[in-house]
Amino acid sequence: MRYSGLRVIKEALTGHKGWTPAWRDPEPKKQYDIVIIGGGGHGLAAAFYLAKHYGCKNIAVLEKGWIGGGNVGRNTTIIRSNYLLDGNEPFYELSLKLWEGLEQELNYNAMVSQRGILNLIHSDPQRDAFVRRGNAMLLNGADAELLSVEQIRERYPFLNFNNARFPIKGGLAQHRGGTVRHDAVAWGYARAADSRGVDIIQNCEVTGFRIEDGVCKGVETSLGFIGAGKVGCAVAGSSGRLMAKANMRLPIESHVLQAFVSEGLKPVLPGVITFGAGHFYCSQSDKGGLVFGGDIDGYNSYAQRGNLPTVEDVCESGMALIPALGRARLLRMWGGIMDMSMDGSPIIDRTHIDGLYFNGGWCYGGFKATPASGLCFAHLLATDEPHKTASAYRFDRFRRGYMIDEKGMGAQPNLH
Amino acid sequence: MIINHPLLGPRDAQEFTYLGDASLIERPDWEAEDAQDQFHDYLYLRDNPAGSHRELWFHEIGDRSWLVVTRDTTTHEITSVEMARDVARAKGRSK
Amino acid sequence: MTQINRLDGGQVNRGTTLNFSFDGKRYQGHAGDTLASALLANDVRLMGRSFKYHRPRGVLASGSEEPNALVELRSGNRQEPNTRATTVELFDGLEAKSQNRWPSLKFDAMAINDRFSNFLTAGFYYKTFMWPAAFWEKIYEPIIRKAAGLGSLSLQDDPDEYDKGFLHCDVLIVGGGPAGLAAALTAGRAGAQVIIADEDFAFGGRLNAETFAIGDQSGADWAATTVTELQALENVRCMSRTTIIGAFDHGICGAIERVSDHVATPASGKVRQILWRIYGKKTLLCAGAIERPIAFENNDRPGIMLAGAMRAYANRWAATPAQQVSVFTNNDDGHRTAIDLIAKGVNVAAVIDTRADAPRLADCELLAGAQVIDTSGRLGLKFVNIRLADGSKRFIECGALGVSGGWNPNVHMTCHQRGRPVWNERLAAFVPGGDLPVGLSVAGAANGEFSTAAALKAGSTQAAAALRDLGMTARAIRLPNAEDEGVNLAPFWFVKHGKGRAWLDQQNDVTVKDVKLAHQENFKSVEHLKRYTTLGMATDQGKTSNMGGLAIMAELAGKTIPEVGTTIYRPPYSPVAMGVLAGRARGKEFHPVRETPSHKWATEQGASFVETGNWLRAQWFPKPGETHWRESVDREVRAVRGSVGVCDVTTLGKIDVQGTDAATFLNRVYANAFAKLPVGKTRYGLMLREDGIAMDDGTTARLAEDQFVMTTTTANAVAVYRHMEFVHQCLWPDLDVQLISTTESWAQYAVAGPNSRKLLQKIVDPEFDISNEGFEFMACRKITVCGGLRARLFRISFSGELAFEIAVPTRYGDALIRRIMEAGREFDAVAYGTEALGVMRIEKGHAAGNELNGTTTALNLGMGRMVSKKKDSIGSSLSEREGLNLPDALALVGFKPTNNNDKVTAGGHLMARDGPVDAAHDQGYVTSAAHSPILNSSIGIGFLKDGANRMGECMRLVSPLTGTEVEIEVVSAHFVDPEGERLRA
Repeated sequence: MRYSGLRVIKEALTGHKGWTPAWRDPEPKKQYDIVIIGGGGHGLAAAFYLAKHYGCKNIAVLEKGWIGGGNVGRNTTIIRSNYLLDGNEPFYELSLKLWEGLEQELNYNAMVSQRGILNLIHSDPQRDAFVRRGNAMLLNGADAELLSVEQIRERYPFLNFNNARFPIKGGLAQHRGGTVRHDAVAWGYARAADSRGVDIIQNCEVTGFRIEDGVCKGVETSLGFIGAGKVGCAVAGSSGRLMAKANMRLPIESHVLQAFVSEGLKPVLPGVITFGAGHFYCSQSDKGGLVFGGDIDGYNSYAQRGNLPTVEDVCESGMALIPALGRARLLRMWGGIMDMSMDGSPIIDRTHIDGLYFNGGWCYGGFKATPASGLCFAHLLATDEPHKTASAYRFDRFRRGYMIDEKGMGAQPNLH
Repeated sequence: MIINHPLLGPRDAQEFTYLGDASLIERPDWEAEDAQDQFHDYLYLRDNPAGSHRELWFHEIGDRSWLVVTRDTTTHEITSVEMARDVARAKGRSK
Repeated sequence: MTQINRLDGGQVNRGTTLNFSFDGKRYQGHAGDTLASALLANDVRLMGRSFKYHRPRGVLASGSEEPNALVELRSGNRQEPNTRATTVELFDGLEAKSQNRWPSLKFDAMAINDRFSNFLTAGFYYKTFMWPAAFWEKIYEPIIRKAAGLGSLSLQDDPDEYDKGFLHCDVLIVGGGPAGLAAALTAGRAGAQVIIADEDFAFGGRLNAETFAIGDQSGADWAATTVTELQALENVRCMSRTTIIGAFDHGICGAIERVSDHVATPASGKVRQILWRIYGKKTLLCAGAIERPIAFENNDRPGIMLAGAMRAYANRWAATPAQQVSVFTNNDDGHRTAIDLIAKGVNVAAVIDTRADAPRLADCELLAGAQVIDTSGRLGLKFVNIRLADGSKRFIECGALGVSGGWNPNVHMTCHQRGRPVWNERLAAFVPGGDLPVGLSVAGAANGEFSTAAALKAGSTQAAAALRDLGMTARAIRLPNAEDEGVNLAPFWFVKHGKGRAWLDQQNDVTVKDVKLAHQENFKSVEHLKRYTTLGMATDQGKTSNMGGLAIMAELAGKTIPEVGTTIYRPPYSPVAMGVLAGRARGKEFHPVRETPSHKWATEQGASFVETGNWLRAQWFPKPGETHWRESVDREVRAVRGSVGVCDVTTLGKIDVQGTDAATFLNRVYANAFAKLPVGKTRYGLMLREDGIAMDDGTTARLAEDQFVMTTTTANAVAVYRHMEFVHQCLWPDLDVQLISTTESWAQYAVAGPNSRKLLQKIVDPEFDISNEGFEFMACRKITVCGGLRARLFRISFSGELAFEIAVPTRYGDALIRRIMEAGREFDAVAYGTEALGVMRIEKGHAAGNELNGTTTALNLGMGRMVSKKKDSIGSSLSEREGLNLPDALALVGFKPTNNNDKVTAGGHLMARDGPVDAAHDQGYVTSAAHSPILNSSIGIGFLKDGANRMGECMRLVSPLTGTEVEIEVVSAHFVDPEGERLRA
């Protein structure tokens, strides 16, 4: 079924009887060419691109709960490609380009909204670093603009310009950045993948891998064994838990990141804004809620919840930046489990086990990566070669000394 | 969270700074033949368990002790707190 | 026309009349009113508009679960959007406005949406607005955004103050209804440290809303008497107006105390709210229950409310929404509303009960086996349309309808740590399940113990049990007699009739039809249902609506409710002002300020300061007549290089390293060798992380065989100290070494320039020889200055000049800077700030934070050979990895523009002179740049691929971000005195 404004009108006039399920709930087959573990954004996107761009058939996505229930359903919805390093920027720029065409490609309105993202600058060294980054973005074909305090004041007059502990000295803007309705990304990919024959199996937990002579033959699941020519894992947050079933130790720790939304408000923030002197980033959803977050709690966790010190830290930064927020109310907070990697960058690679492929380590940048991650993972699964924009995302980069460390924090995951 | 410091009693976790897996105590021998591989595994690979996890916390706003805290990563329940230097010595680390 | 719907009795104080306004119209109420009760008393039923369809709405509930009656409270910079009229205590002069309507509440143009509701079903926006692609941001989204949102922020700075605090207790009791009060009495009389908190301004919970007697008192009087006793106990803290917002790890609860929200503006010296972190050994949840509605067509008109709320307004606030009301219920409790309102003289037209065998409990008409199938009344209820048991229809005229579908235990907090409520068939409700937060137990209606007697008993019993767990004994208290009715209810969730809309989530306009559509489109999981329809996502978080959605989904799926699942709740229990979560950390108080010892003196000199982490450092010292900062900085640099200057370098981290193994220890934390550093000498040290990347650098002086003083960069002082304690305690615990951070113990000044020695000779006591022979480059010594004051002197130089750093105990820092400047007058000594410091270190090619950026190696910094291969040190093994030792690795070099007028831009990228300009041809980048007054040129340092072998090459420095492209020459980073003759002079 094709979605369109006309279709909405027609259904409205005929009692909405014609709408069909956005995706089927098929029984799993005994054998697939490719099984993707994880019905989140990345797994569903990979399945979609495999079916659409690589002509693969006979694909299943296995999800232990409900699709979109992981980090694609619990993030701060920001998209951007404002990265510094060669290993990252082309990949995230590819992702941003895919976002720009997503709705037409999926026939689903995920509300990709390029309202711009602004990283504020509060010191001279920070400016130098942002100039370097902005130049890297431009040299990679992305967009970037250095804004003066006056330009920022014009757009965000309510920021703390007059009484700030760390005054705003400028900002790096990426106008093509913005936000996306996060749940809709999972649903849009699911629906588009399903319509191309991908079996999406919900409530199907993978309990083990069947590995014979160093070759992965399929997965044991709560619904029985499912055979597969290739198995791709895309379960960021739970990567450690899952890959342990294949006796793998990863350069990844699981950490909790909290996110927050305020009550609905009439438009306040035109775009995404990040504080440069503390941990705070914020945008406003189309519904009117301020969606914001800060740092991870900082300790290993698989519990999808955090604690008050981080909540307070985030709100302190929020108030330091936007003193009018004092009278807005925080409505809801939640936690997501992040695959925090050892250099802050992800992994899309084969494992040492034939037929077993891995996608993870997204830290808290996984949402914006969804389309490119799906495409690059699909490319790897279909061709056994890394996609050119993801060629740096290898397991062995740590052994060989090719870390992709945007923040320069080293092998301490909670600092990335 | 509350960490029951072996010397100071219960303290809010906010006083501490987290490092990571307590296996970081077991630093490889620099003169081993495969030292680089050992250092790679030591520094970069993690068990990352969903469950009991021994981990290092530093009492930054306190007595500056490094502690080994055993904490469940699914419930955050803490079952034991030891002085890291005692753990290190028990693992044979000395000078 | 004032308060025509005000009844007799109640707990409002008629002796105090309060004036207030709503949408500009003036009204009167009484102390003890809420805004909602006062509006109802004044016959105002229309209080808001819904989110999507802009339907007229009135109050649904009487507490914080209210979805409809949201107002903008106060005005100007104190305007608070989305404030529940049901929780606003009336005060004199209160101002409130309705929101999300234009031009007025009664005539809202956006109500046109309601006409198009057929097109605006759940998730319609996912299916359209896609063509053409560019229209989303430009056309569709702005319209949607403008229409969406509820209230508005003033966008002015919040003028109020907030505070934070910590509380400790044996038992925290959440909720001050019958269960909570009985628990507090039990624990309080037993001597336990007790905190009892209630979000309401009056303790008592439903006791204030019901007419039950407790013993020989009214429920409200018993509550008041009990609170009086509790308040007299020193070990009990009664906190009204305090919401427990969440249960966090290890039994810590967050609480918001609304100190001043019930007055027009906070009294002088008072904060608006306080965030408490409560460390309770045990928490007892006595949060009561929340009534749930029944869905039927047009069940959202102003005047239609929860039955329990209707009698709360009548009993507690002496207000009725209308003079003629009806009740629609599926349980006995709903009949109480009719009974109570009749007793208050309100005309109850009928009790409509879905149960065919409904008992006749109230003295009014009973329509058993009947259902409300529709209602009418544009801005307020006028008629309800009823289908009687025999299938015939009947209209009843009434201005309000109390609806009861039963009560849901308030399990919110039990879910905060992934606990999942379990279904109780007898109550047809979810009750607390397992996985409760640490230390939490539940008593009373929150646990499904609905009668007053059961709640009192459970509160007391659970409190005693909690104390027993803590090793305390509580004697059972004598409980008064109280109502003990069972729950008589026949589950009934929605009226199946007609094609109209029946609301579940009134704020977000989610109807039964939307749930059906979600089911049809396979959004069947509870979480999909919520997210697709937005059910339960409004400011009330679905407290009154989630259950209905679940029940309908169960029916559509042919499953039981527990099979469909439950949704859990997340903190906070009710929305929390961002201001209180930030507390005092805002504005200039966002972070503490660290001032250097010379701060006062520098302020007197008119210095311009800059934030360096939490430090404030003097950036430059403008002199009269200097109009641009560059003039000051250039002058300071020239003065240092020409004579002498003084700079406060106290902010550098200082770590005292002592012990017989101190040298061995330093040998392991530094990549270069330290073991053989002689006493009285200082050495530059480079510290690596274990991954082989440069972590920090600085100088370390050996003051004695077993004592070193290390300096770190300002930025890394804390992290380096932590790292060194790790290396000691975790890696080599038996090394005899002790570390202590002395950053704040010593005031330290750099005295630099050709005349620095001469100047210092006037300060340093004469018995210390600081001549070039007696105190050569890199020497260090404990000395005395100014006639006996202990001090430390280091002959080290960041500027490249003959230079010293002199340290005295911090309390003498102010005196020393004054003495030095006095002594330096004959040399025209200047004070110089961080800018001049930065210029001179760039002129000398010294790496700083911009170069030590966490990705650079010793090799990159030109110090590859410093990393000793002959010893074990942190980072040495992994620094040898292939990727960190590429033949064309980045190397630190200097850059000078070919054209002297051009500027080197920090952050610019380097491209070959004739090659393409893109990322693939990137050769490196400039890390730091400055104008050198000595060279009279812009200069820079940075990293260039294979840089050491490219001296003299002309390249393009491009910075498309700043719109600059200049030709530069690759030069040595040592622009000034490359041979180092000056610093050895």
